[in-house]
Parts: sequence; C-alpha cells; structure tokens
Amino acid sequence: MVIGLFNVASATAGASTVEWFDFSGKLGKQFIWVAASLVLAFLLLVIEGEFFIRTSVIHYAVNVLLLLAVLAVGNRIGGAKSWFSFGSIGIQPSEFAKTGTSLMLAWMLSRNQDRFNQWGSLFKAVAIVSLPAALILLQPDAGTVLVFTGLILVFYREGLSGNVLIAVLCSLLITIATILSGASTVQYPFAGAATGAWMLWLVLVLIGGLLWATVPQWTVPRRRKRNRRAVLFSFAAALLLSVGLQFGLEEVLRPHQKDRIHVLFGIDVGNPDADYNIRHAKAAISSGGITGKGYLKGPMTAYGFVPEQETDFIFCTIGEEWGLMGTTVTLFVFTLMLLRILALAERQRSDFTRIYAYAVASILFMHYAINVGMVLGLAPVIGIPLPFISAGGSSLTGFTLLVFILLRLDAERFTVLR
Amino acid sequence: MKLRERQWIIGGIFLLITFIYLGRLVQMQLFAHEWKAYAARLTEETETLEPARGLILDRDGNIVVNNKAGYDIWFTPRKCKAAGGLDTLALAELIEMTPDGLARAFRRAENYATYRPSRIQKQLTAETYARISGEVWRFPGIEVRRRSIRTNPSGLASHLVGEFREVDQNDLESNQGYRLGDYKGKSGLELQWESKLRGKRGTRHHIVDIRNDYREPAQAGILDTLPVPGEDLQLTLDLELQAYGEQIMANKRGAIVAIEPSTGEVLAMVSAPSYGTDLLTGRDRGANYDSLINHPNKPLFNRTLRATYRPGSIFKMVQGLIAMERGVLRASNRIACDRDIIGCHGTHTLDNLEEAIVHSCNPYFHEVMKRMIQDGSTGSIFSDAHQNLGAWSASVRTFGLGTDLGGHFPALRSGSVPDTTDYDRMYGRKRWAYSTIYSISIGEGELLTTPLHMANLAATLANRGHYITPHAVHGSEGIERMESGVADEHFDAIIRAMSTVVTANDGTGMRAATPGVTVCGKTGTVQNPNGNHSVFIAFAPADNPQIALSVYVENAGAGGDWAAPIASLMIEKYLNRAVDQRAKEQRILRAKYPFPEQPL
Repeated sequence: MVIGLFNVASATAGASTVEWFDFSGKLGKQFIWVAASLVLAFLLLVIEGEFFIRTSVIHYAVNVLLLLAVLAVGNRIGGAKSWFSFGSIGIQPSEFAKTGTSLMLAWMLSRNQDRFNQWGSLFKAVAIVSLPAALILLQPDAGTVLVFTGLILVFYREGLSGNVLIAVLCSLLITIATILSGASTVQYPFAGAATGAWMLWLVLVLIGGLLWATVPQWTVPRRRKRNRRAVLFSFAAALLLSVGLQFGLEEVLRPHQKDRIHVLFGIDVGNPDADYNIRHAKAAISSGGITGKGYLKGPMTAYGFVPEQETDFIFCTIGEEWGLMGTTVTLFVFTLMLLRILALAERQRSDFTRIYAYAVASILFMHYAINVGMVLGLAPVIGIPLPFISAGGSSLTGFTLLVFILLRLDAERFTVLR
Repeated sequence: MKLRERQWIIGGIFLLITFIYLGRLVQMQLFAHEWKAYAARLTEETETLEPARGLILDRDGNIVVNNKAGYDIWFTPRKCKAAGGLDTLALAELIEMTPDGLARAFRRAENYATYRPSRIQKQLTAETYARISGEVWRFPGIEVRRRSIRTNPSGLASHLVGEFREVDQNDLESNQGYRLGDYKGKSGLELQWESKLRGKRGTRHHIVDIRNDYREPAQAGILDTLPVPGEDLQLTLDLELQAYGEQIMANKRGAIVAIEPSTGEVLAMVSAPSYGTDLLTGRDRGANYDSLINHPNKPLFNRTLRATYRPGSIFKMVQGLIAMERGVLRASNRIACDRDIIGCHGTHTLDNLEEAIVHSCNPYFHEVMKRMIQDGSTGSIFSDAHQNLGAWSASVRTFGLGTDLGGHFPALRSGSVPDTTDYDRMYGRKRWAYSTIYSISIGEGELLTTPLHMANLAATLANRGHYITPHAVHGSEGIERMESGVADEHFDAIIRAMSTVVTANDGTGMRAATPGVTVCGKTGTVQNPNGNHSVFIAFAPADNPQIALSVYVENAGAGGDWAAPIASLMIEKYLNRAVDQRAKEQRILRAKYPFPEQPL
C-alpha cells in the first residue's frame, strides 16, 4: 500500500511537471490519464486475482494480436509504427504487452514445475518473450525490446544458470571494448595504421590461447577436456561477437546511429549535434546543484532546451529543479519500490504470483535503469519512459495494470494453498 | 532452497545500479562545473543596452544631429544548425540582401564564432522592420537588434559634425571599451566630443528559451545596469544661417566661416560642395563614400579648416597695422604707386594708408614691409632681412595666422607664416633679402591661411585688436582672449578704409553693400592658375560688430564679384533674419562652378 500511495503521488507529481512546459493540452490529458489510472487501479483491486491467472493466455493472445494490428494499421509517430489513434488520444499497445507477457510467462512457468533444467521449457519461455519482442522490434521500438530482455532476471530466479548472466555481462564488456577500440586508430608495427579492434582481437586470441594451454595447470585432469572446450567455446564466441559487432558498426549501421553509440562512450564524432540531446540533458541536471533551482524555476527544462522533457527526459526536470536532493529521493524511492516487489515476490505461496512479481520488478528495473542511465549519459539514448513519472497515457495505464495486478494477487496470497 | 537465495543477487543488481547512478549524480550535480557553465551559456544571454547618444543642437536648440532607430540582423550559426537550418532564399529577400551576399555573411559569421551572434545585415529602416518582424521567428538563429543610429535630418554642417560609423581595428585595440560592430564618431565633432556624446552602456542579463526569446531576467535582475545617456552637445552654430550659407554656396567650390567677434563663437561653417552625413552612416556607406571621394569637386574636403589659400590683398590690413604699431608708418603717410617694382591696378598714384587699402595698392605695402624688414640697421640687405623677419612673423601670428587658433578645431590646418628659419632652409642662411621674399608683403608667396583664419582676422579687426579663440561648441574649455598687441588707435584708418571699400562708388567691395547695415570689408583676389579665387572678409555693423566672416569662392575671379555679395547676403541674413536683396541672391544662386574665365 505504501507503494500504491507512492504511485499516485509520483504520478501527480509527474503530471504537474508538465505544467511548466506550457503544453496545457498535454497537462490536461495527463490529468485525465491519472484519473483513468486511479479508476483502473480500483477496478483491478476489486477483480479477483484468480481471474488474471486464468485469463493470462487470453491476455497474452490479445496483446499479440494488438501488436500485429498496430503493425498493420497503426500510426507512424517519430519513425515507429507503434500507435493506435482514437481522435486525439494515442494508445501504444507495446506498453500493455509487458503485462500480457509477464502474465503468460508466470502462467507457463508456474505450470511447468521442471523449470529451466530442460531445454524444452527454456525454449518455451524464451519463445513467449520473443514473440511480442519481435513484433515490437518490427515497429521498430528498440527501447521496449531492451526492456523485455530484462526478463532474463526472471529466468535466473526460476533456475536459469548463473553462467548465462555472467555470459551476458561478459558480452557487454566485450561490446564496450570493441566499440572503444574500434573507434581508435593504432599504428601497428608492420601493417601501418588500422582500427584498434585488431589489437583487441589479438589480445582475445592470446588470452584464450594461454588459458587453453594452461588448463592442465588449474584444473583436475578429470575436467581437463571439458574446461578446454569451455575456454575454446567462450573465446571463440567472444571473438565472433566482437568481429560481428565491429562489422555491424562499420558496415550495417547508418552513420548517425554509429555516432550515437560513439557519443555514449565519449568518443568525439566531430559533429556537435550528434550528442545535442544528451548534452542538454546533462547540463540541465548538472545546473541543479544540491538543492535545485526550485519548483517551476529551471530555465533549461522550462524553456525547451531539454528534448522530450515531459516524457523520456523527465528526470532532467527533477535534476534541475530539485537538485541532488530530488534526484536522490527519486532514485531511493525507485530502488525501495523494486526491493519491495522482490520482498513481495518472495513471500508468495503461489509460483504464479512470485514469477509475475519478478517480471514486474525486472520490467520496472529496466525502465528505471535505462531511462535514468540515458539521462546521466551512462546508457544509450533510447526513448523509454520513467515509470509513473513520465507523461503519457499508455505508459501510465500500462504500469498501473502491471503493478496493481501484482498488488491484487499479493492481497490474495493467503488464499493459495501450498 | 537454493533458488530463493538468488533474490539477493537480483536485489544486489538493483542496488548496484542505484549506487552507480547516485555516484554519477553527485559527480554531475556537485562537481561538473563545465556542465553548469554550459547550461548557463545556453540559458543566459547578456544584452547590451546602448545608451542614447547625445544630440547635437545649434545655438537656439534646434536639432542638428538626431538619433533614429536602425535594425540590425544578427545570426548565430549554432542556433540555426541546432534547429535544422533555414530557408536562405526567403531570408535574403526578407532582409534585403542578395543570396550570394547572405551566403558570404553566413560564412563570415561561422568563422567568427558558432555560438556568438554576428551581424549579417545593418540598419534596416523602421518600415522594413515593421514588415519583417512577424516573419523573423521562422528563421532559427536570426534575431533583430535595435540600435540607435545617427541622422542629420537637414544634412547641414556635415563637415563640422563629422562621421559616425563602425569602429575599426584601431578603435577595438584602443582599450576604450569598443566592441566589434559598435559605432563611434570618426571625425569632426562626433570624434572630438565622443566621450561626452557616447554615454555609458548598460547590461541586462536574461534567461532565454531554446528559440533565444527572452523569458525572464536572470537572478531577478540584480546584475543589471542601466545605460547612462550621452550628453547633448550645444553648438554655437546658427542653423538658419548655416542653411542659408549652404544654399547660396551650392554649385560652387569654396567656404564661408562666420564668427561672432565678441565671443569667438562660430555662427556658420560652410564648405562647398557639401554632402549629407546620412550618406556616410547608412548601409550604402561604401558606395556613397566611393562616389564622394572620387568626385572632382572633393565634397569630403572640409575647406573651412583644411583648405589653405594665400590671403592675398586681405593681408594688407595686417601689414598696415603691424607697421603702424612698429612706428614705421603713420596712417597719413603717402607712398608713390611705383608700378615698376610690383604690379598694381586702378588709377591712383600717391595714396595714404586708407586709400591704399581701398585701392588695394600693391607698391604701397611693398614699401611698408620694406620699412620693417630692410631698415638698413646692419648695412647688409641680407642681414637686415635675417634680423627683422622673425619679429615681423611673430607680429603676424598675434592675429592668429599660422596658429591653431586655440585648438578648438583639431582638424584645422595652421597654414603658414614664413619665418627666418623657413627662408634659411629654402635659400640658405643669409642668402635671401627682402627682394627675395617681397611677395609676402601683399599676402602672396609663402603665406597660407584657411577660411577660419581669415574669419578670425575679420573678428580681430572688428574687435579692434583682439580675438576670442574661435569655437563651435558652447561650454568649450580654454576659450581665451588673444591680443594682437596693436594699439586701438591704429584701427581707425583701417576700419574706415574697410568701410569705404564697401561704400565707395568705385570700391572693390561695393557688392557687399547691404541696405541698412554698415559693412566693413576687404576683397581679395588670390592668384591661381585655374582662375583666381574670389575672397572677401567683412564684419558688420561697423560700430557694433555682430558678425565677422570670410568668404572664399574658388576659381571665381575677383573678390568683389562673388565673395563680396555672398558676404553681404550672409550678413543680411544674420542681422535681419531675412534677405531682401533679391537680385543679388538670384545672381548668386544661379552661379555655378566652373565660373567663366572673366565673369561679367
């Protein structure tokens, strides 16, 4: 219930953030959406939890159909075909697909008691997530797809090997290393100047070779063969990833996309406009100082310097007007909410609710991590909303649906028999 | 249950991310000063408030030089680029530029600074501004700034007022607070009184929005300062007289300078041909300047201060006065008109001083000067001249000739009154005698004066022996009474002669006769290979002089023909505020440069 109160509070705070952008139309709409979300939250708390469990499949199917439909008849806004328009109101089905997918995942995983030690169930779970993700990727909306990848945390909690998480982390490191080295130019002793990626690849091969050769030294003979294979496989994969990435960066991506990625890593792309959004965002947050400039008094956000400031870059407004205090409180509230959901998840008797709670936590976490990371210049500029704070009806109702279904299920935790 | 333990790992990931973000926030919000500075640069704009420049008024408070609004177009490349560029063709048409010119201006702006605005078009009129002001917002990076520009609505006294235009590299480096694109006085009074006229700049700090529109004052305006307007400059000029002078000097080359003898105040300074200063402050300055500087009549040349002419016969009064003061001449002395020594004109044979001035007798003054220079005291004509010329030059300078007249006109050329050293340099030490230099006795030779010097001479004669340093601005510092050292009684004969010049039936200056006014004057006809200059100095009324003036008409012939009637018209205009001598006026107005070789 603390979370419930927080939801409403931050939602209205988010709504009034819009006020000082002079977009009275957007502000008015946001109030309507807040009201609608409250009604929806109330309805969700009235409906019996069992209803959600039983209709998970239908929910999921409807969402997939909506995603298909939006691809067919949707409106193209900002390059992505992700909107249904009803008059002046736009609906983004991808926001609701998160709930549908979470429900379906929970339903499927709670039915299969065997979890992830079988390839079949792993494949099924991945398929459930991949179908809507693929449809969203077709829109294309990379941000939401990235959110879906967060569900890997659910898999992990439900038995996926921790090695996979480590592999994901490693591939992330390899990616960063590839991009950084790929953008630099190195004078090679005999070959002349070329991209630094060659150096990275050389190092990978050397370390891999060394490890492979020294396997006998650090492992018991029984496992020698297996470990050699693992080393060979992982380094081959790393090399493949790195080479593929470099090729993709140079040959497949268009220059402005490449620039965006480079900007993220602080590489000078020679185009002052490539990092225009993020520079303004950083400046706005930075100018807030400790206490901020005061509510409604931040010139950067008030006067249009920060792009998309009522949606994706809303964190800038908090940063500029409330300063470090405001941003810290926001981060803590989000973290508290995430940890609270984890605690909720772990107190469930029902597998369904636990899995669903983890899905909710993962999705909220991805939104939070990517959105704030983007504004702080730590993650790529990917347009996804900050839950409950960003303006936008679909995202607000989407998150309301996501969270309040969980609250309803949690309220019924004692009715479930073990 | 092992899987249950994994909640801590997942929770740990959440906390890790939060702490990374917190660290980043602390770094950004507390320490990243370059980002704060960047934010300030984006949102704060300092606007310079230009003070209103002081007006220039005539002696009665009529406006000579006024301010008017000019609208400059400024362009910030960065803002334009950020907004995705603009329609250059439409803009060029809107702000009255050619597309090529606009492209060049854009390149210049880009080279200067991408963040700072550069001016790409100057001084659009208020009418143009009214037409385009509604459109400008459509062009990102373009803004209109109002500036005060100078206008001289009557176009009068342009030479005296001087130029007001954009600062150049020297001004920028002069450490007087000028910035690129500022305007300042570059010549004349605008330059001389720059510090007084200029006033003090104010600044206003604004918060601007992404379109660079002002939204609110920064820090509630505590940093702002108000501009201090420049002080007005009141001239001694009589604008009506100046206007009349410029009217009657139209189509001629020459100058008129009129002075109030009792105060040294300059009443009119006409240099013909003239031009409107507005030609040189506006947007077409370049083209206008070219056509003016290349004009054969040299309209930009300020003849009142810069043109040096030989004084001619007018100098004879000075000669007579100095000689009387030295005691080598009495007004009653008669000297034979010996035309073997030096040419003369008219029918006189044995004039006294008064008659000699009226008849402008050359041999008379040849003899007068000879008495001063070649007095036989050393027994050598070379030594005599060498010994005596210095004293003579000093006496001449007490009439202001060859001096800067107190320095109120920085552009004034001193002219020249030759001294011993000058001739030593020209001919060698003691290699010259009076016979070498006698042409200066009748105001020719090495003597050079400007119209202002001659008007001042007229004032000195009117004051019977002193002048007040001539000046054009009320309240000028260093206005002094300068004594010529010639005793009052010596002026009787001279002034009587000057009156006769005008009143006598055969007087050379009879055309200066003005109904109801006793005019004292003296004609001069300055030798010039392209046609002699017509010169006249005068003051009036004789018993209580209100105005003293010099008139020069280049290549017009005898002094009595053109300069004298012009002086008469000016005197009448000043004393009576109206001109009744219609025929005289019409004749002058019709006259045009070049004059016929032998007028009338």
